[in-house]
Amino acid sequence: MSPVLRLSGITKRFGALVANDAISFDLARGEVVALLGENGAGKTTLMNILFGHYVADEGLVEAFGKPLPPGDPRAALEAGIGMVHQHFTLADNMSVLENIALGTQGLWGWKLDRKGARQRIEQMSREFGLAVDPGALVGSLSVGERQRVEILKALYRDAKILILDEPTAVLTPAETDALFATLKLLVAQGLSIIFISHKLNEVMAVSDRVLVLRGGKLAGERATADSSRGELAALMVGKEVEQASVPPVEPGPLQLVLNAVSTARRGSGQSLERISLSLRGGVITGLAGVSGNGQASLAALIAGTEAPSSGEMIVRGAAVQEWSPRAALSAGIARIPEDRHAVGTIADMSVTENVIAEQYRTPRFGNRGILDWRAARRFAEQIIADYDVKCPSPDSRIRLLSGGNMQKLILGRALDPEPAVILANQPTRGLDVGAVGYVHRKLIEARERGAAILLISEDLEEILALSDRIIVMSKGRLSSASQRGERSVRELGELMAGHGMEAA
Amino acid sequence: MRLEPKPAPSLGATLLYPVLAVAVTLGITALLVLAAGASPYSVMHLVWKGAAGSQFALLETLTRATPLIFTGLAVAVAFRAKLWNIGAEAQLYAGGVVTVVLGTGALPLPAFLLIPLIMVVAMAAGALLLLGPALLKTRFGVDEVVTTLLLNFIVLLFVSMLLEGPLKDPMGLGWPQSSRVIAEAQLPRIIQGKRLHYGFVIALVAALALWFVMKKTALGYEMRAVGHNAQAAAFAGIPVNAVLMKTALLSGGLAALAGFCEVSGLKGNLTLDLSPGYGYTGIVVAMLAMLNPIGVVASAIFVAGIFVGADAMSRSAGVPSYIADVMVATALLTMVVAILFTRFRLRWK
Repeated sequence: MSPVLRLSGITKRFGALVANDAISFDLARGEVVALLGENGAGKTTLMNILFGHYVADEGLVEAFGKPLPPGDPRAALEAGIGMVHQHFTLADNMSVLENIALGTQGLWGWKLDRKGARQRIEQMSREFGLAVDPGALVGSLSVGERQRVEILKALYRDAKILILDEPTAVLTPAETDALFATLKLLVAQGLSIIFISHKLNEVMAVSDRVLVLRGGKLAGERATADSSRGELAALMVGKEVEQASVPPVEPGPLQLVLNAVSTARRGSGQSLERISLSLRGGVITGLAGVSGNGQASLAALIAGTEAPSSGEMIVRGAAVQEWSPRAALSAGIARIPEDRHAVGTIADMSVTENVIAEQYRTPRFGNRGILDWRAARRFAEQIIADYDVKCPSPDSRIRLLSGGNMQKLILGRALDPEPAVILANQPTRGLDVGAVGYVHRKLIEARERGAAILLISEDLEEILALSDRIIVMSKGRLSSASQRGERSVRELGELMAGHGMEAA
Repeated sequence: MRLEPKPAPSLGATLLYPVLAVAVTLGITALLVLAAGASPYSVMHLVWKGAAGSQFALLETLTRATPLIFTGLAVAVAFRAKLWNIGAEAQLYAGGVVTVVLGTGALPLPAFLLIPLIMVVAMAAGALLLLGPALLKTRFGVDEVVTTLLLNFIVLLFVSMLLEGPLKDPMGLGWPQSSRVIAEAQLPRIIQGKRLHYGFVIALVAALALWFVMKKTALGYEMRAVGHNAQAAAFAGIPVNAVLMKTALLSGGLAALAGFCEVSGLKGNLTLDLSPGYGYTGIVVAMLAMLNPIGVVASAIFVAGIFVGADAMSRSAGVPSYIADVMVATALLTMVVAILFTRFRLRWK
């Protein structure tokens, strides 16, 4: 049988960087192919070429035997290629039905055929286990439901090839299982799926075949059944990866205590509802939960960008009065923000200018308002050397750095003052396996030094691997803490879904 | 056709883009001159001669550049922090009003005390004028483009009222103009008998000082950080609102100095035509300089040269001097496009 999709010799260069280097592969009907690779390996570039967002410098994309005109997303859609992006592309203020039908009717059409559309959506929902109410407003849906809408949107356009970009990053374990069940149904109907991920266990669970990208090249192709996690990980990184080990440490004094703290509701974000939390030195507290359940508010509270509206916050024995990022910093709290591009760094400023951002007012970097750029540059060089940051020079703009190197700079900046408390919010999201290991090692080192660490992560594996105690967040509340190994993944998943929180 | 981001431009490219923008501007102007029925070469030559062809022409260009350096610096510092101050015109007039209020005999002080005092009060007046829009922006999110722009008209009408009322020169034969400032409040001329005054030197010092502030001080660092990414700056502990306030004070103060220098150094009194839009032209000057304080001096002299040269040219070539406005406007547009190309490259398909 001829392949539904064939990529031959795709090459894409960005200046000196070769993002895709002569990549070729076929996709057969009814097949799930996983595209596995570290960040920066070229997965997203390849999919953007396939979908017409980028134009390849060399190579050809064929769908159902016909070449796809390059740089034309509409042609890709018409050829039956549907894409579910990592960040959803839905209009919050419109209904599910309107979102799905949007753009499928002619511009000059009289009006939307609501009845027909609704019937089709309901039928597809039933058929593929994509339960969602066509009349509901997208803004009121959970993340998992929104993803279902995205998939329905692609199916509604008669997609025969579905590309899913990191689809499980935002899902609970149960939602992930449901998604996988849906994918099985879709494949049984003859659809073909490209599943982009860097999570090995999911790739093993869902795919028929795995393509591993590394440094823009196709590093290997394996039938999933004949491969192993270890082999795939080695292909992905180019070497064997070792898991970080967490040696036992005697817990230290209380460093940060929240007593029945609430925060003001702001926009659509979940606020905190009378949460209590205590962080001890030498302990990594993992905060698990589906994103959007108040983690952002908790992180903002500890980072100093938000103040408690009620309740008591005690940092290193002193109750907090005036609370600001500067106050948090001088209280000895290091912050690793969730979004390193928009919040953690200033993209158009240099490495040097970025690393001094939290300390430029201290005598170390200046005197009476005049900055000592030599000291600043030395500090940047020191972080670059100590944290193995790959960048041309301390003068290069942050924008040119990869995510992993950006994160190393942020780590260097945050850990330099030997903080007593470390807030690590999604510290490894989107990083490659090598960088993830590095970040984990640095956190474990800080723990041995006696820092109290709050690790907020959507990656349950990461939480389980690093945390001495685990707390689950759901709808702005916290569960009770469990010690390492005390609760099973299943129990944690139940808590993440909001069951049993009241009892806690 | 699409835009793709590209890495940081080299210093050479940074210098090349304004030159290219000017070249394109000259090309477009040449076409317009052709359309007006004159020879582009001779018109350009006359503009050059009128702007820099003699000592008189050169001094006139520098005199005209003086207020433009101040308003250009005012805009450059504000835009660097992404505080869109379109109100340099109003702040300039505020400086002019202070100069005639204090400088027409109300304070019998020697020049070495009176002139610095007037400068400080003028700067304070300009600063206060921008403080309101800045507060509205940081407290309530009111768009400062709208408030500063509209303040220009309010202030101009207010000045008109002052000139018809309390500030009206009793000896002015009924013209809406103020009394002349006393000798102690006048900035001396650099060369006896020529119009160029020490305001030009003050402008150069201001440019150097601002360059130092932007490059070497914590405040300059804060302003650049807030301008590039206010959210990240706030996260790192930079007090964004306080920085915007300081930026507003600095910007308004610099623009007010333009009004002080024009009255004290050149005109001698306040009239409603103190500024032929120096506040707005300051935006062009700052953009041409890509917000660099030293670059502002060069671009102010360039823009002033076009105006002065075009005046001279229109007298002898019969092409309207409005061509200068067209040239400056074209220069702004080409520069905006040039700045775009320092950050992005164009891809066809």
